[in-house]
Amino acid sequence: MTSNTYTYRHSKRWKVSWLFVFIAIACIPLADLNISTYDPLEELGRLFSGLLQPTFNGITEPLDAILQTISFALLGVSFGSLMGFLLALIFHFRFVRVLCALLRSVHELFWALIFLQIFGLHPITGLLALTIPYAATFAKVYAEILEEGDHLAYDAIHKHTGFISAFFYARLPDLWHHFVTYTSYRFECGLRSSAVLGFVGLPTLGYYLNTAFLEGQYSQVWALLILFYILIASIRYWVRPRLLPIYLLIAPFTIVNDSTISFDNVARFFTHDIIPSPIRHNQSPAQFFQWFSDLFQNEALPGIINTLLLTQLALVMTGVVALLWLPFISNLFFDRFGRTVGHGFLVVVRSTPEYILAFILLTLWGPSMLPAAVALTLHNGAIIAHLMGRYSNKLTLRPDRSAGFNLYFFEVLPRIYGQFLAFLFYRWEIIMRETAILGILGIATLGFYIDSAISDIRLDKAMILIAITAILNVCVDSLSRYIRSKLKLKSTVECS
Amino acid sequence: MLKLNAACVSYKGKAALTNVSLHVQAGQKLALVGHSGSGKSSLLKLLYDKQDSSPKSTALIPQEYGLVQNLSVFHNVYMGQLGNKPGWYNLLNLIKPLAEPVTAVSEILKSLQLKDKIFEPVAQLSGGQQQRTAIARALMHSGDILLADEPVSSLDESQSLLVMKLLCSQFETIIFSLHDVDLALKFCDRVIGLQRGQIVINASSESLNRTELLKLYDE
Repeated sequence: MTSNTYTYRHSKRWKVSWLFVFIAIACIPLADLNISTYDPLEELGRLFSGLLQPTFNGITEPLDAILQTISFALLGVSFGSLMGFLLALIFHFRFVRVLCALLRSVHELFWALIFLQIFGLHPITGLLALTIPYAATFAKVYAEILEEGDHLAYDAIHKHTGFISAFFYARLPDLWHHFVTYTSYRFECGLRSSAVLGFVGLPTLGYYLNTAFLEGQYSQVWALLILFYILIASIRYWVRPRLLPIYLLIAPFTIVNDSTISFDNVARFFTHDIIPSPIRHNQSPAQFFQWFSDLFQNEALPGIINTLLLTQLALVMTGVVALLWLPFISNLFFDRFGRTVGHGFLVVVRSTPEYILAFILLTLWGPSMLPAAVALTLHNGAIIAHLMGRYSNKLTLRPDRSAGFNLYFFEVLPRIYGQFLAFLFYRWEIIMRETAILGILGIATLGFYIDSAISDIRLDKAMILIAITAILNVCVDSLSRYIRSKLKLKSTVECS
Repeated sequence: MLKLNAACVSYKGKAALTNVSLHVQAGQKLALVGHSGSGKSSLLKLLYDKQDSSPKSTALIPQEYGLVQNLSVFHNVYMGQLGNKPGWYNLLNLIKPLAEPVTAVSEILKSLQLKDKIFEPVAQLSGGQQQRTAIARALMHSGDILLADEPVSSLDESQSLLVMKLLCSQFETIIFSLHDVDLALKFCDRVIGLQRGQIVINASSESLNRTELLKLYDE
């Protein structure tokens, strides 16, 4: 062998990472990233001066906002978990898997917009909007837990005992812990979702936040947000398995309801509103095609393009931010004090739903993709940084390792990069779902066209656009799964 | 050069070393022998932690190698002298191997019969190849002192001899932990026998013979 016959080849993970970076860079000139407000800095100053004097004055009942948020989350997540568990037992049917994938791919805010047309501002709108997507997600994760668990005990006894006894004796005891961990994890997500539902009119936190913001009452905004952070940070103190039944008994009675369901509305929705208008008016197939192609060219296509642009930008920015932030909570890089500050920062950023972050930034900067991209980046970046920081604390390194910069790039990053990519690609579909939703705030993603169609009472169009959004999500989800398996990345279960 | 006076170490309430005194002079080649669990690794770790004055001049071969599985052999070996180069240079070399370090690493790998694996990810190497990568990293590090914990445990006999010879010629002062008594007698001028965390033998190699040392493993 002669010298220099060996060439250095970069890994697949390296190449795929750069591919995504270049795609994101190519998206920049195509995306609208302007700041359109007159004086964004002054607005920002006014927002943060509100932080110095949070106040509850003028909010009729701030605690009621919190109570409603908790009640909706409790009931929605509980129903979702129950339904999800039942679905998990029959998850081996392809039909169930496809159904769950479709239900999951529609964001809870879109579900809320649909049910608002059917039931109005009745609490059942909020409950179904939470229960349906949560049930579909629970079904998938519970099924994974059931599949990965040890079958031996079950196989040994199930032939001479019924399914129920065998399941409760031989499966559940060993898996119980996994179910509880994941379900309580999702409860935190449920609180965020419940808060955000307020933005479409339900009486949860988002409703009060929206009002305070529109009136420029920044002190109130901060008061509500701080209340929400305390609520999230204290979950482990007030959510106790023994207290849950009591909470669940109380929750239905705390939910405020001053509207009734109009059955005429329900009937009209299914028999009239969502029927595509050419069919409703008995027009020819050619006219139907014309109607559909207009819808596709003028609304769906620009919506899809903008959703993809924003998703790819936010995905890469999320990755960069997560890699920058993870050292702040890693004991390889910072002492106890530094890590506490890091943790505090990440908790606040990841507890704020991206919808609320985007809403705040949009008020400051005006409607463009920039506030949306920054909001998605901050929220998702903080989540991944948190997970990766914890992961890095479990690494065992040699005693004579280097420090600082060299430690990060040579010892830590190569070791954690696979896990990092797994988390990031897992969040790809989640980021896309959120991107579509942020359209409701006025950015021209799919959510924008859906929201406009609903405002114009063109529900037939809205339903088709929602279906297109769902299909797009399912596609990204399977592409992500394909890339993860090609790169041999271990996929993991986590919060959305 | 390295000194311990009546040192004691315990892990989770269990004594790993009791009352160990040791004085290593510059230029000495020292072997720690004994059962696994007799305290060899603890003693090496203690010696490494003690010499806080100039850790840069001490190279280390840990028992578990401490390699980054996803990086190439080249990058793992280069890591031996990260501290000598500015951060931007290291980063550049991480992105694309630079000519100068490639030459230096190639030289070392050649002497360890590992040159053909230079750009392979460590994860794809056999146990023996991984061990030689860790040895190459220590050679890249260079310095006055080497602390080597079972450096040839996964190598065959001829490779063991090659590596021991190489290490002895590259480092002035060495403390090996070895379970192979013959290698200890052949390459080291002093042998320390450990039993249950205590030093039971401390003598020059000439004054010891094989059977005497093998008694350490009897119980």
